[in-house]
Amino acid sequence: MPFETLSQTCDVAALAARRSTRWQTGLAAMQGAPCHSEIFASGREASGAGAALALALDDWRHAPRGEGQEAEDRRAVLWVQTREAVRIGGIPYRPGLPRDLRHRVIHVLAEKTEDALFALEEGVRCHEIAFVIGEMAGNPKALDFTASRRLTLSAERHGVPLYLVRLDAAHDLSSARMRWDVVASPSPAPRWNATAPGTPSWRAELFRARGHAPGQWVLRGEESRLLAERAGSAETEAHGSSAGLPRTRPSAAGR
Amino acid sequence: MTAAAEGAGRRLELGTVVGEDRPQTRSRRILSIWLRSLAMDRWRAVNDALDDPRPLVLIADTAHGPRIEAVSVAGAAAGAGRGMMLADARTLCPGIVTALYDPAGDRDFLEKLAVWAMRWGPWSAMDAPDGLLVDVTAVPHLFGGEERLLADVHAAFARRNLAIRSAIAPTAGAAWALAHFGPERTILDDVHDMTARLADLPVAALRLDEDVTGVLRRLGLKRLGELTAVQDGGGGRDAIQRRFRNRRSPAANPLIRLDQLLGRVPEPLLPVIPRQMPLVQRRLMEPIRHRALLDQVMHDLALDMVRELEGREEGARRLELGLWRVDGEVVLRRLEFAAATRDADHMCRLFSSRLDNVDAGFGIEMVRLRASWAEPLSLEQSDFEAAAAYHGTSLATCIDRLAVRLGAKAVRRPVPFASHIPERAQRWQPPLEPERTSQEVFEFHYRPLKMLEKSERIAVLYATPDGYPKRFRWRGAVHEVARVEGPERIAPEWWRERGNARLRDYYRIEDETGRRYWIYRQGLIGDGRGGAPDWYLHGLCA
Repeated sequence: MPFETLSQTCDVAALAARRSTRWQTGLAAMQGAPCHSEIFASGREASGAGAALALALDDWRHAPRGEGQEAEDRRAVLWVQTREAVRIGGIPYRPGLPRDLRHRVIHVLAEKTEDALFALEEGVRCHEIAFVIGEMAGNPKALDFTASRRLTLSAERHGVPLYLVRLDAAHDLSSARMRWDVVASPSPAPRWNATAPGTPSWRAELFRARGHAPGQWVLRGEESRLLAERAGSAETEAHGSSAGLPRTRPSAAGR
Repeated sequence: MTAAAEGAGRRLELGTVVGEDRPQTRSRRILSIWLRSLAMDRWRAVNDALDDPRPLVLIADTAHGPRIEAVSVAGAAAGAGRGMMLADARTLCPGIVTALYDPAGDRDFLEKLAVWAMRWGPWSAMDAPDGLLVDVTAVPHLFGGEERLLADVHAAFARRNLAIRSAIAPTAGAAWALAHFGPERTILDDVHDMTARLADLPVAALRLDEDVTGVLRRLGLKRLGELTAVQDGGGGRDAIQRRFRNRRSPAANPLIRLDQLLGRVPEPLLPVIPRQMPLVQRRLMEPIRHRALLDQVMHDLALDMVRELEGREEGARRLELGLWRVDGEVVLRRLEFAAATRDADHMCRLFSSRLDNVDAGFGIEMVRLRASWAEPLSLEQSDFEAAAAYHGTSLATCIDRLAVRLGAKAVRRPVPFASHIPERAQRWQPPLEPERTSQEVFEFHYRPLKMLEKSERIAVLYATPDGYPKRFRWRGAVHEVARVEGPERIAPEWWRERGNARLRDYYRIEDETGRRYWIYRQGLIGDGRGGAPDWYLHGLCA
């Protein structure tokens, strides 16, 4: 949690209340974008990258613009992939990217994990980059707790969020501020063609987060916003429309 | 070393068009220099074979074997000629010595000569492949007259062991013609008797293409005088005009060339303008062998370079670092930037990773930094408030660092490309280059978030001939298809691909657990372009 936001709200009670709040969409408007998130996903689907992009866009749209910054954010987006991640999950395809991102993406292809970590750190330290997306496959030795701590500290220091997608990886030690587990979820039926796939949906489990209670959500990335609905409980978030969403039990996938 | 260093600091550019040759009261004076055997002279000078008595030829490889491009005097005496095949020359003279012909090197050399030739006039132009044109209007009196000027030219070229012929005339065309076909060291004075003085020259003196010269020879026009006589006598010009009516380029139209020769139409020259590139160097009192000292020198050089660039309001795009060792070896390191920069720390940081594997040997005695590519970069006041607000690096700096470590090809930006085939519709370019305008993709065409590098073949159960897929196997696991949308038919690009390329029917599918893919069937049953169609998985949707 950035220091400024702490000093803005001196009220300890409010702070305590906020620490116990559940994660919700648009949270970046209140406490800034989380600096380092990890998204664990299977390599057989693009859910990891899709959910990472959706979370990043949500934070990016809601994060308050600092004083003296331009009203319109024209910064680039860095997308770092290792060769192995490209082999498993493919390369970003410009016509399929969200409209806001198409002209911003700068792609980095790293042969080795060390190179990818270097690229991530350089991206996080650059103030002309809106956010950094990384994709790595498996549990490489170079990505240990020290490396992730380095990334977290750089990201916090420079305020550039990092979303690291881990394909087919086990939950190892990491200092990421939010750690998600994402699998694809059946999409809601589109209005005009009920047999077609609808807007992308994911079942996301926040299994470790600083300042938030863990929980499960069904995320839906629509064109201009992210909808989140609590999965497996009766209460629904005010942000999400609850139409036609299957109630599923939380699964312990990937734990 | 010094000769190389002299040349190294200089880059040549073709500048704006000056010196239009229009008919005017005071005629221009153009000096034309023809280097008769440029390639051979240069080869001899470079290879230290100025008085090699052996017959020597320079050869270029062609589809029909090596062909002779330049011949030495001894070689010509032995029977070899330009344009001959080497095999033919070998039968005449078995002891012939060959070397490779280097037209690009000759051109570079000619460019340097053109700059050097500016000692005789304010403007000089290259006359490729083997000539120079110098504008010497109002200059000869400095040399004591035009004869003395030509004598000086010949003496200077003789010192460099280059054989030349030269001439001075009011137009570039006339000077060229006289240098190639006229008497030695001709000086053509007055505009009015030009026609008469040039009448005896062959039509090849008009700088025409081979085939045009051939046409003129078949017409019986062998001399310039005959051509002008036909022109002036009763509508002859019209006849020639009709014959060459759709030849627009001067080299293919004898009338344009003739008018240029006589100064009736202007013939602009493209002068060569030398441009000094920023160069800084340090000669060291003691040869250095340690990295820390080299870093210090590097930092000093970078500061000097920044000062130099600031004076010219430029920023460096490419830097070349040369390290001269005591034993005469030169170590070169080169660096390119994503955007023009004048940041000394940035330069030092990028070079520091390139200096790790430098072998200092007995020590480095000179270090030189040269910006071989610089771009305009306006001076700006450093904004200390902004520096305090945004700590961190700029985008160009970040990309430079990434490119230095990962290679320039690893950092790139996807750009659209006009093609129907999905994998061709995306191309890559360096990240900071401006994007070319293009037509946007259709919004109703659905495209996946990620594309596999190469589409992977899948086994699909589907209702033949063109029904929806029901179940498929990819990478060893079976997916039940729950929802389908499609097909989107993409036909092969017939103007590019072979005739038997098959069309693709793309389906967007979702399996029972909600995974979304983009798959296609290649071909139709019975389209006559192969057997049963194959299915491929091409993209992964978000």
